[in-house]
Amino acid sequence: MAVTKKVWSMAKYASALAAMLISASGAFAADPGVTKTEIKIGNIMPYSGPVSAYGTIGRGLDAYFKKLNDEGGINGRKINFLSYDDAYTPARAVEQARRLVEQDQVLFVFQPLGTPSNSAIWKYMNDKKVPQLFVATGATKWGDPVGHPWTMGWQPAYQTEAYVYAQYLLKTKPDAKVAVLLQNDDFGKDYLKGFKAGLGTAAAKMVIAEQTYETTDPTVDSQIANLKNSGADVFLNVTTPKFALQAIKKAADLGWKPLQFLTNVSTSLSTVMTPAGVEATKGIVTALYLKDYDDPQWKDDPAMKEWFAWMKKYYPQGNEHDQFNVYAYSVAQTLVHVLKQAGNDLSRANVMKQAANLKDLSLPMLLPGIKINTSPTDFYPIEQEQLARYDGARWVLFGELIDGSAVRVSRR
Amino acid sequence: MSAPRIEWVVPAAGATDRHAIWKKAGAIGLLALACALPWVSSDYSLFQYSQVYSYAIALLGLNILTGYNGQISLGHGAFYAVGGYTTAILIERWGIGYGWTLPVSGVLCFATGFLFGLPALRLAGTYLALATFALALSVPQILKHFDRWTGGTQGMTVPKPDSPPILHLNPDQWLYFLTLAVLLGLMIIAWNLLRGRIGRAIIAIRDHPVAAEAMGVHNALYKSLCFGLSASYTGIAGSLAALSVGFVSPDSFSALLSITLLAGVVVGGLASISGAILGAIFVQFMPNAALQISKAAPWAIYGASLILCMYVMPGGAAGLLQHLWQRLSRLLS
Repeated sequence: MAVTKKVWSMAKYASALAAMLISASGAFAADPGVTKTEIKIGNIMPYSGPVSAYGTIGRGLDAYFKKLNDEGGINGRKINFLSYDDAYTPARAVEQARRLVEQDQVLFVFQPLGTPSNSAIWKYMNDKKVPQLFVATGATKWGDPVGHPWTMGWQPAYQTEAYVYAQYLLKTKPDAKVAVLLQNDDFGKDYLKGFKAGLGTAAAKMVIAEQTYETTDPTVDSQIANLKNSGADVFLNVTTPKFALQAIKKAADLGWKPLQFLTNVSTSLSTVMTPAGVEATKGIVTALYLKDYDDPQWKDDPAMKEWFAWMKKYYPQGNEHDQFNVYAYSVAQTLVHVLKQAGNDLSRANVMKQAANLKDLSLPMLLPGIKINTSPTDFYPIEQEQLARYDGARWVLFGELIDGSAVRVSRR
Repeated sequence: MSAPRIEWVVPAAGATDRHAIWKKAGAIGLLALACALPWVSSDYSLFQYSQVYSYAIALLGLNILTGYNGQISLGHGAFYAVGGYTTAILIERWGIGYGWTLPVSGVLCFATGFLFGLPALRLAGTYLALATFALALSVPQILKHFDRWTGGTQGMTVPKPDSPPILHLNPDQWLYFLTLAVLLGLMIIAWNLLRGRIGRAIIAIRDHPVAAEAMGVHNALYKSLCFGLSASYTGIAGSLAALSVGFVSPDSFSALLSITLLAGVVVGGLASISGAILGAIFVQFMPNAALQISKAAPWAIYGASLILCMYVMPGGAAGLLQHLWQRLSRLLS
């Protein structure tokens, strides 16, 4: 009897304690992750594994939220940013997403990186009705407000970017013969689809050669040789950095000198352009949407100065030449805008609603004129880009902003 | 002292009885603990434990091949993938109940493993390792190629099975028990197989193939069977993992997975059935632990821990436990 009594009283204490904890954390909003002083945000990054170079985005986000918290946070709430590694493997992404949602009780998951990882947690996040917000991948499928209302991308979708190149090509070189090298996955296929949509009826005539490669391939030498032999005068290079470098070098080695379009994914100076050498890279065209630290036209730009000051103070170990750090800064700012717009209604539903209600938002480190627009039917935040040509040392912007949003219409 | 562990060395009779009783008690205690876990753990932890059990089944399979039969495979990730995709395709494309997909995976992987084993038999040691590594490398690409079936690079979602209504378990609890039950069943089968005539033949081939042949063991047949059995275990593990993760894609089964499995077998302990569980714990939790130690170089930590394991416990975790157990029982008696 005595034992049961003791157990019973212990149980009462425990339940009282649990009730107190629940009321303390749940007093403010119905959804977890929010208190009067804190917003808990989850994130999944490949800090290890084959694409660990992207890890700088996670560290950059963390550094931005440190700055934000030093300045008082959002409406008095500090951001508690939990970022876990998935090594770019889907099974671990699911594990980390569940850890964030079920164990850490975050309000939402922000900027999980990589198409495979996001695909793996896509259904889970939508079943659980937890926002999978501003995913760090350009796959086009993230803009699906009907089927997956809890998931949204941020950067220009691959189809959007490819559409921009196609528009430019139609205008300046309508009789071009295009050879395409693409990674054999969503990224490559999306890109080709957007490119062909952009060319419209001319696509069948203009795209004369396609070659694919696997991320496990040692080189793309044979693919480049085949593309060269096709006699194409335009080369669309849809590759991740390691292969972009190989492709550019091989084309130069073979003496193939087409007009080259290089996907925005691989425009890094330190990992691709500089190692490939001036001879091989001069004249390559890409599309940009962020300001580049190495572009002298922004030397006196107050926004650039502010970004640089942030880098020095909050992320000194980061590399200022790495565009991913501009990316992290800008996407974090977009999130802050959403959270401010949500006010004190920090429910998951309202976060998603505000993310789908961005009107003409311009950010300091986006190229001038680019506006972020979303709506309940438009889950594609950035859809404008500007072309840039490599002059042997840096990317030089040219021409007007090109709007790729029309690719959405052609997709229907 | 450093003589290889031989399974059929028989200690003094009295000691065996006492040992066996203690061992049985320990096993029942552990099993009771495992069955109690769903009521004290979060769903997230249960998901992790289910993953551990899936890995344990795969490691058990690989251990039959590598530990007991002495064939090194760097390609078991491929069978893990075949199992995972078999389950995904059967459920999603044909609407077959998830329970049936496990035996189908097992049979399919047995057949592929057996067939792969036939030609691969002519290769010994490192050559076989390379041939199987080719399997690990090619499977993701093959999966991408048959995208009408596999969903290509997009991968496929696998619906999470609900518990039978009478049990009143949530999906994570149910999967936990299902995985645990399959693991136990397969452990018992492996134990019975390896203890008897077949097991002796398998081990004899490892230790001295010529002598085994002379004793009348059909080396080629047994090696192929061993490969098939091993693949079958790994395939079933892949099916269970696909059910608990709820998603399969070619990126889930990179060549690194095969190497991780082999590392798990060695860390757990070669030629040890309980070692599979210890190895699976390593496979599941070491990457996270490494990351907690260093965000900058988790793989270096992982590598260092592997080297440390090799030095500190040359017989794997199971070997270390066995050693400690022997010391303890000597102290007690």
